Amino acid sequence: MIVATSASRFSRIVGLGEYRPARVVTNDDLAQTLDTNDDWIRQRTGIASRRIGGDEDSVVAMASAATTKALADAGVDPSRVGQVILATCSMTKHVPGGSAQVAHAIGARAAGAYDLNAACAGFCYGLAAASDAVRHGQSEYVVVAASERLSDWVDWSDRASAILFADGAAAAIVGPADSPGIGPLVCGSDGANAQLIGLDDDRRLHLDGPAVYRWATTEMGAAARAVCEAAGVEPHELAAVVPHQANLRIVSSIAKQLGASQAVVADDVVETGNTSAASVPLALARLRREGKVATGDLALTLAFGAGLTWAGSVVTVP
Amino acid sequence: MSDENQLAALGEIVQEATGIPAARVVPGASFVDDLDIDSLSMVEIATMAEDRFHVSIPDSELAKLKTVGDVLEFLAAAGVPA
Repeated sequence: MIVATSASRFSRIVGLGEYRPARVVTNDDLAQTLDTNDDWIRQRTGIASRRIGGDEDSVVAMASAATTKALADAGVDPSRVGQVILATCSMTKHVPGGSAQVAHAIGARAAGAYDLNAACAGFCYGLAAASDAVRHGQSEYVVVAASERLSDWVDWSDRASAILFADGAAAAIVGPADSPGIGPLVCGSDGANAQLIGLDDDRRLHLDGPAVYRWATTEMGAAARAVCEAAGVEPHELAAVVPHQANLRIVSSIAKQLGASQAVVADDVVETGNTSAASVPLALARLRREGKVATGDLALTLAFGAGLTWAGSVVTVP
Repeated sequence: MSDENQLAALGEIVQEATGIPAARVVPGASFVDDLDIDSLSMVEIATMAEDRFHVSIPDSELAKLKTVGDVLEFLAAAGVPA
């Protein structure tokens, strides 16, 4: 007979960390090699600049750096980490995955580890898995690191994708709590539209911009409301709305449809571009670092992208 | 709804989506060349037109709608009462 584990504890994010590569690439920089300009890019995407990693900024290295900061933020010793989840879709080598290397790098050498690929939605799925692991007593603390080096997959001669994608990493430490700090996961997928975002035959990222825009602006507003309903939170109770940072126009559309009148709307995409799985935790960490949200505030997370797949939950800010 | 009413309704949609005055929305106007409307705004216009005219405008059809007149012809072909 299988012995029941304790499921009485709640979970929450107890620390956040971000890693942004040092190199800033502006729209004017891109205009030197592409038929585009700053106004054109800003009007369509809201993006002003993005970070592109150097040779040292591998998916694993960026995830490890972000996680080390998140552990320090949480005041948690690496030896107490039971699992490391690495959300990424941009490893150039798919086997072995990167999670065990992250665990090793941060000093959590006994931790379980696995990679999670749900493209841009990966962090939100990982957060739910981490929350369950803590609540079921599997682990005291779980790392959810999201790290992307999309620059390895961009066709730098394709203006439609080169202006969007970027590099970066962020991590959350999930631990036990006295009250619920991570709401129920709301998720879904649409495999019939798998061709809209992904690698083409040349193994370069392609995106059907108008079709993805239509999907995101017609479907994700309702998804955001469903995330709130699942958590029992009214939109006006939210301090922050943190959608996937794909495009500022999509972010604004979702926020408008949700109607969270009191909330700050994350706009990290302006200086960060689209960092896929890393975008939601990077945006949340930035809001907190800039003092736009405070400990205990409610934030809606919702991420969506290639698959198509999406996921979100309401969380309390650490 | 007459052709003129459909044109007026389309003008309102374009104005709401882009801020471009409805008076500039005339049958011969090209969305890209004359009205300077980008592809994402065209998606917004299409979704608003779908609601307004109770018609489906798939992405494959949207790509063919280059002028205001193209939209009016599409609505007629789709059986939207003029």
